[in-house]
Amino acid sequence: MRFMMIVKATTDSEAGVLPSQELIDAMQKYNEELVKAGVLLAADGLHASSSAVRISYPEPGGKPKVVDGPFTEAKEMIAGYTLIEVKSREEAIEWALRMPDPHGYGQGEIELRQVFEFEELMEDPESIAREEALRKQIGESKNA
Amino acid sequence: MSVSQTHRAIETIWRMESPKIIAGVTRIVRDVGLAEDIAQDALVIALDRWPGTGIPEKPGAWLMTTAKRRALDLLRRNKLQDQKYVEIAREIDTYTEDDVDRALDGEIEDDLLRLIFMTCHPVLSQDARVSLTLRLLCGLTTDEIARSFLIAESTVAQRIVRAKRTLNAEKVPFEVPVGKELEERLCAVLEVIYLMFNEGYSATSGQNWTRPLLCQEALRLGRVLAAIVPGEPEVHGLVALMELQSSRLKTRVNAQGEPILLMDQNRALWDQLLIRRGLAALERGQKLGRTLGPYALQAAITACHAVARAPEDTNWIRIAALYEALSRQMPSPIVELNRAVAIGMAFGPAYGLQLVDALYAEPSLAGYHLLPSVRGDLLEKLGRYEEAAAEFERAAAMTRNEKEQALLLKRAAACRQEGGQA
Repeated sequence: MRFMMIVKATTDSEAGVLPSQELIDAMQKYNEELVKAGVLLAADGLHASSSAVRISYPEPGGKPKVVDGPFTEAKEMIAGYTLIEVKSREEAIEWALRMPDPHGYGQGEIELRQVFEFEELMEDPESIAREEALRKQIGESKNA
Repeated sequence: MSVSQTHRAIETIWRMESPKIIAGVTRIVRDVGLAEDIAQDALVIALDRWPGTGIPEKPGAWLMTTAKRRALDLLRRNKLQDQKYVEIAREIDTYTEDDVDRALDGEIEDDLLRLIFMTCHPVLSQDARVSLTLRLLCGLTTDEIARSFLIAESTVAQRIVRAKRTLNAEKVPFEVPVGKELEERLCAVLEVIYLMFNEGYSATSGQNWTRPLLCQEALRLGRVLAAIVPGEPEVHGLVALMELQSSRLKTRVNAQGEPILLMDQNRALWDQLLIRRGLAALERGQKLGRTLGPYALQAAITACHAVARAPEDTNWIRIAALYEALSRQMPSPIVELNRAVAIGMAFGPAYGLQLVDALYAEPSLAGYHLLPSVRGDLLEKLGRYEEAAAEFERAAAMTRNEKEQALLLKRAAACRQEGGQA
């Protein structure tokens, strides 16, 4: 099972303040632990939202609206993510709990989300049945 | 947290930590069976205490310290102590969980490595090595191992008990071999991991084409090994090979569970993350600057497929060359057969067929279903449909995998039809 540990943005990360050496060391040690346990798939940090772009669709079926950053509400944004492969949801929680407080000043927040697996999308009997029904429908309308 | 939630959390932590704890305790008691029991005792203590006290801040270190103290108590009771144990005892009696966490990272890795060399020791049969490694280093239960291999749980349990006994009887040391022996023993370790992976990747019998649990465990163990012995190119080669093969694990069968051949797979569904990881592992191995070993060469071949955006973009000439290098390192009729396929793709089916026909004299391939299967494929490409159909039927009769058999019969029928029309 894959999980994404999402580190939320903070006032500092948005202001481009680099993390303290202590935090960098702690993160490095944590990442090494993930590597040595064979569970780390990927980990990346993101630039602040000042260089971000938001694309939204305010009108259903309408044209996209493009807005340049920076954006307010740091908690709604993410500053980085770590992707892990583990045996169970409990194991993912345990790893997320071991991640150092990503900020340290009361704003640190990590969100743990399970990644959809291919078979969940492809082999779920319901969606297969739906897909088959859809194909049949398309076939019939073509023949009609 | 409710008690049952706490229990689940504790069991999860134990599963994550148990290989390290078993390794650490084995260093003290020199007996993996005993070490496993002692590690289990630490779990029982945690299950008893933690719901009341809460989970300690460093649960892994807590479990390790508790298990090691119990190991020493046991040694004292059994009056097994000699000077060495007295020293270890003094050291452990005074250290705290914090010490374990801070200072002993390198030591824990060394112990883990020693444990891998022990469970993959050549005094054990191949089956015993795989079962014991899955049990002690991957933390799988006997039930999980049994289900992965489609065998009875009692068989697995017996295998593990016997393996532990053999290790004791043969006085297999808890150590990392050195010099020339290291190379050979590392080979045995990699073989166990790849065997595990292959058993998962392509089940040899039964209805399941793939058994993902074994693939995941093998890959995880390979990654662990690459992290603790980063200077061995073949470890990176094996990891690269498994990452790359795993990238298409989920496109190998359709919704009906029938196999899809490499050239027919939907490449858009290949896992690009695993491909990137595989290519990176391959590069890490190559950077060590030694001649590519068999795993690295196989990974390089797999990489040729992984980076081809469409089947027709495959660099078959490079693949044929890599197979040639592989057959020099690891001469085998199966490698020759694969080289024949690559030559057929690179220079035309007639050239491939020449090599395959030469392999029909090879006694070790007599019952190997891929030989007629490959020959059928080449004959089909040459438009010799009747002969191709006969080969596919022969191959179908040889395989034990039902899904694969169905696929071969389907190809045979298609050839018969083509032949009938011609």
